[in-house]
Amino acid sequence: MSLGLALAGVLLVALAAGWLGFARARRLRVAGRLHSLPVYHGSYALLWAAIPALLILAAWVPIQTRMVDQAVLSSPEGKALPAFEMQRESILSEAREIASGEREQGFNPESTTLAPRIRAEERRFGAIGAAAAIVAALAAAMLALRRSAPEFRARTGVERWVMVLLFGASLIAILTTLGILLSLMFESLRFFRLYPLHSFLFGTEWSPQTAIRADQAGSSGAFGSIPLIWGTFFIGAIIAMIVAIPLGLMSAIYLTQYAPPRLRTWLKPILEILAGVPTVVYGYFAALTVAPVVRDFGLSIGITSASSESALAAGLVMGIMIIPFISSMADDSIAAVPQAMRDGSLALGSTTSETIRKVLLPAALPGVMGGILLAVSRAIGETMIVVMAAGLAANLTLNPFASVTTVTTQIVQLLTGDQEFDSAKTLAAFALGLALFLITLLLNLIALQIVRRYREQYE
Amino acid sequence: MNSAAPNRWTGDAMRKRVRRRYSSERWFHAVGLGAVALSVLFLAFLLTTMAAKGLGGFTQYEARLPIDFAQSDLFLDPATLRGPDAAQTVAGADIEGALSKAAAAAYGPTAEELFSDAAVNKLSDAIVANPDILKGQSTLWLPVSSKVDIAAKKSGDDKSEALVNALEQRQSLRRTFNTGFLTASDSTDPSAVGVWGALKGTFFTILVTMLLAFPIGVLAAVYLEEFAPRNRWTDMIEVSINNLAAVPSIIFGLLGLAVFLNTMNLTRSAPIVGGMTLALMTMPVIVIAGRNAIKTVPPSIRDAALGVGASKMQVTFHHVLPLALPGILTGTIIGMARALGETAPLLMIGMRAFVAAPPHGISDPATVLPVQIFLWSDEVDRGFVEKTSAAIIVLLLFMLAMNGLAIYLRNRFEQRW
Repeated sequence: MSLGLALAGVLLVALAAGWLGFARARRLRVAGRLHSLPVYHGSYALLWAAIPALLILAAWVPIQTRMVDQAVLSSPEGKALPAFEMQRESILSEAREIASGEREQGFNPESTTLAPRIRAEERRFGAIGAAAAIVAALAAAMLALRRSAPEFRARTGVERWVMVLLFGASLIAILTTLGILLSLMFESLRFFRLYPLHSFLFGTEWSPQTAIRADQAGSSGAFGSIPLIWGTFFIGAIIAMIVAIPLGLMSAIYLTQYAPPRLRTWLKPILEILAGVPTVVYGYFAALTVAPVVRDFGLSIGITSASSESALAAGLVMGIMIIPFISSMADDSIAAVPQAMRDGSLALGSTTSETIRKVLLPAALPGVMGGILLAVSRAIGETMIVVMAAGLAANLTLNPFASVTTVTTQIVQLLTGDQEFDSAKTLAAFALGLALFLITLLLNLIALQIVRRYREQYE
Repeated sequence: MNSAAPNRWTGDAMRKRVRRRYSSERWFHAVGLGAVALSVLFLAFLLTTMAAKGLGGFTQYEARLPIDFAQSDLFLDPATLRGPDAAQTVAGADIEGALSKAAAAAYGPTAEELFSDAAVNKLSDAIVANPDILKGQSTLWLPVSSKVDIAAKKSGDDKSEALVNALEQRQSLRRTFNTGFLTASDSTDPSAVGVWGALKGTFFTILVTMLLAFPIGVLAAVYLEEFAPRNRWTDMIEVSINNLAAVPSIIFGLLGLAVFLNTMNLTRSAPIVGGMTLALMTMPVIVIAGRNAIKTVPPSIRDAALGVGASKMQVTFHHVLPLALPGILTGTIIGMARALGETAPLLMIGMRAFVAAPPHGISDPATVLPVQIFLWSDEVDRGFVEKTSAAIIVLLLFMLAMNGLAIYLRNRFEQRW
């Protein structure tokens, strides 16, 4: 709580410094010509007072958590805790919740006795952090304010800070990428310590139910990812693409080459709505409307194993979702073919369709292929449709009426139950996530490369 | 004279060839039109299915119930219900029992389960608002249980249908607008559920997303487009932004789980965690849209401003950015609409908990509309089917409104140079 107060204090100091700087510069302006406008003098003081102090506060939060933990554990109440790591952690986290008022009472009696200690330590370290931040704000404000003089280049100083801010904002993207890679790899490594990598990569059996205790009967859990990868590609890269590629490509051709302009201005946004419909809606549609129809159809043509969670239902709906994506990628690539090629073909007497099939499409093929790869990467990363409409049984089958499961379905399945975070089951989800990330990354890089090279060809 | 030469346009062979070519041209045209028509039909089918299933969720059947409070087992004294604790006192009473007794008395033993949570809530509110009704008899219109509601909407089981017929004969059934669906939160009883809690959770989550993703995204776009030196470092930033825009959303959920929940120990199910996760996902979209918008501002504007003595920073923030803003806003709204419909990453960070009370801030446990839809779609109770579709209609309306706003902004403010 005192950190919240410190935040308010720092902001207050910064505003005051800003106002003082502004006022002083205005007074200076009466005396003579200023290099920078008063507003820059004010901003200069404000930024100097605020940014370093805020950084100190932000850095203090994790430090404080660790310090409080250490202090609590070394206190007499903390020493009385069980030495077993997991048990101690759960008591600590309960005590933390009681201390912050989220909870009235814990399951463990120790946590209630620990709570006041935590609160006291938090107050102590919070006060230290708050004091440090406010002192830093005051000191920086003083230094900044002392510099105000008519010839002082306040604007340059402000602009330097803004530049830092801009650079910092662009760093977030790299940090996110790093964060994804590191967190996925870190958890996956822990998984591969429990389960061998080659069995994960090449195993054909997926049954993540593990025995909770060693003496319990039950399977030891098999985490072979092949059936999941197959299911993912079967739904996302085969069935969905069989629907989406012809429809998307022909839609793009019709819209760019045949449709009268007025029809085009209407049809394009309508197609884009298909892309804007939330995936959970598609999932519900697939599970409730499409899946029963597909199953009945399967039964009527004599496939007795037709499941109500068939790969076909999920794939069909996913294909519909992907249509506008393929259509707009194909649209771009066809539009990038130079007009001269089209005119030349038409001038030789070929019909519009011959021009499209024999000139435009071959010329646009690399771009279209890149778009299709991007669409595949999108389809295999899609989650809600398969979670709601595809099954959980990991089958290696070619039968579209049977149930298959996908990587994303299993990630959701593994992580939404209530279990310890360190079990092989939850860690397996991160290994699957890493596999998914790498596959989509590879597809995206190849696709972007193809698209870029294709663009250069006609520029 | 006629057909000997195969390359003469008037010859039979040639005419045949031309006819064949034209017919294949017509075919191709028709197939293209068919593809577009099929896509549009899919959309129309999807929307009409949802509308047909969901519109019923906005209405609710109510039954008339004569109830004699003096005869009931409700031991509530109107005098004790004046204070601030009235709601709690009423909640402690067996309203449900009193209702089923009164219903059985009025419509026979099959009507015992005529009412459920929604009626209990409504009656409790009525008692709190006016405790004096406890003193005598009154006749109330109360929402029926979801089983009876389904039967009244012509798809229930036989027992409930019979009850509905009996009620209709006595003109004790009416259809009303289900205000509870828009004002209530999640519940285990489909007759009492509403989307208000989920809407509030969505609002807080999207607020956090916007406050984080918009400034960071715009600043990053400005840096990359106006200031970044051409070097390896910039290339790396660019590659990672382009790649992040194509990373599956569930991966961001895993990131949020690993970083925000397990490392930073933030609260599960809180809009702030959901908002931060979605912000990481939306930011690349805003950066890409922002860069495209900034690119379209012609260099002459920059040159003119530089020419009259503005600094590079002033040129950017006083001239380029305001001119690019409509484009940036359009991209932002589209990114936000995507975040609004996103479900998978929020499942990962635990926003799938059953939350019966609407959240009051960004750190209360909450759920969002798409996740609520997912949770309801998993319920076995048939009453949830139309509620799920009704919630989907609400979600689609929001998406439509946001996309409409984006299109309006694009048409109204975007300048072509």
